[in-house]
Amino acid sequence: MLDVRGLKKVYEGSGRRVEAVRDLTFTVDAGELVCLVGPSGCGKTTLLKCVGGLLTPTAGEVLIGGRRVTGPPPDMAVVFQEYGRSLFPWMRVRENVELPLKQKKLTAARRRELVADALASVGLMDAAGAYPWQLSGGMQQRVAIARALAYEPRVLLMDEPFAAVDAQTRADLEDLVRGLWRQRGITILFVTHDIDEAVYLGERVLILSSSPTVVQEQLKVDLPADRDQLHTRVAPRFAELRTHVYEQIQAAKRGTPVADRLVKDLTDTPPPQ
Amino acid sequence: MRGANALLGACGLAAFLALGEAVPRLGLVDEEYFPPTSRIADALAGELSDDAFWTALGDTLTGWAIGLVIAVSAGIVAGVLISVTPYLREATASTIEFLRPIPSVALIPLAVLLYGTELRSVLLLVVYASFWQVLVQVMYGVQDVDPVAEETARSYGLGTWARVRHVLWPTALPYVMTGVRLAAAVALILAVTAELVIGAPGLGARIAVAQTSQAVPEMYALVVVTGLLGLLINVGARTVERRALAWHQSVRGEVAV
Ligand SMILES: Nc1ncnc2c1ncn2[C@@H]1O[C@H](COP(=O)(O)OP(=O)(O)OP(=O)(O)O)[C@@H](O)[C@H]1O
Ligand SMILES: [Mg+2]
Repeated sequence: MLDVRGLKKVYEGSGRRVEAVRDLTFTVDAGELVCLVGPSGCGKTTLLKCVGGLLTPTAGEVLIGGRRVTGPPPDMAVVFQEYGRSLFPWMRVRENVELPLKQKKLTAARRRELVADALASVGLMDAAGAYPWQLSGGMQQRVAIARALAYEPRVLLMDEPFAAVDAQTRADLEDLVRGLWRQRGITILFVTHDIDEAVYLGERVLILSSSPTVVQEQLKVDLPADRDQLHTRVAPRFAELRTHVYEQIQAAKRGTPVADRLVKDLTDTPPPQ
Repeated sequence: MRGANALLGACGLAAFLALGEAVPRLGLVDEEYFPPTSRIADALAGELSDDAFWTALGDTLTGWAIGLVIAVSAGIVAGVLISVTPYLREATASTIEFLRPIPSVALIPLAVLLYGTELRSVLLLVVYASFWQVLVQVMYGVQDVDPVAEETARSYGLGTWARVRHVLWPTALPYVMTGVRLAAAVALILAVTAELVIGAPGLGARIAVAQTSQAVPEMYALVVVTGLLGLLINVGARTVERRALAWHQSVRGEVAV
């Protein structure tokens, strides 16, 4: 479904040259939920923007459904980290969710249906007539998610979407995303810096190294599909997995992959180095 | 609190008017050139019952309104085009910085040469003065577009026109409103100036006539009218601004959902 090959992005300008990502290769299958973790500043947002067609890679390519991405693909939605700035304050919640649908040339009736359905999915039916700035942070992020859902994307990119909400809201939103993913069969690429979140949400976790960025490791999360905040997070397997990811990230920061016992029986693909 | 403020304001105004009455009557200034408030009020009443006054007022407002509409439309279109077209901004920046500080009144000789005392003379000056007010504000406003909002719009497949309409325009609107308010004030100043200096029909020309015919109280009455016009225009512009920007930080209150 999503194919990233040899992706490299170098920012150039104002006398500074930053190699944000060096060489990233991975795939995400249709209907898969993959989490991407990596140290701060390693180029996660850069990667997501390249995948979303918002940035042109310096080298390498991104394919979606076999087609090369050159601009924002029509069947993809992005949920940005800065939800407050991503929603338009001059539009009510309903209009915010509806705006992208107008570009899709859907009938007004169909648009209304999609908007109502998406807002109901995130439990915000009552807030349809409010302005985004009248809502709490968690509610705003749910509006952003609803907007993405209403768009009916086949691929959904989420960039640290819950980084700025409190722990309780965060747990709710995580369950919301997993629930929606299971219901709707969307392909999701979820960026986070939170290891627990990555293991809890993902079917697979991609660990990025620190800059110069490559894929440090791909880890299959063999937890049951039915997950809940109470039991999954205290399961011994969950602890093992999160410990492993943690070690890998520490190693990534030092720049050396750890070849410990877990790698052999946990990874479906060996690290690319 | 607001009631108290209004009361204070009214007291201040009353004191000012009383002073205007007392000072000439006490002979502190020459009554011939500084007539007391009551005589100005009389002259004002006289003006209001004179058809020629209303014609002049209509002329001034026509020049003001047409000039303002042209300047605002041109300013908005030019501002948006310059901002969204790559390189156009850099290419025009120095020209704008050169043309903008030229005082509109310096163009009076040109206006007279081109159009004599016609309405078009007034329009030339009004448009030139107010155009820059709008253009500069629009360009500030466009720069204020949030990159995250812009990327969101792009990621949802909004084309250039849709982004101008749904992202750039609402972002720039508060600035545009400020520009229009400033332009409206400047346009009135220039309309009256043009009439006064060139003699195009309107309140300004009427003030000039009052001056040359030694009708000093009438002259003051007309000056008061232009002041009131400026006040009304400002209040009107602010009301429109508040309505149009109900969602904006500078206006919105804490509203419960
Ligand atoms: N527009 C830009 N111009 C120049 N350099 C940039 C730009 N955007 C990002 N960078 C650089 O690229 C690198 C990766 O940035 P990026 O935002 O992708 O990191 P990230 O992994 O998302 O970090 P975080 O977890 O803190 O959000 C950083 O070193 C950053 O300074
Ligand atoms: Mg980031």
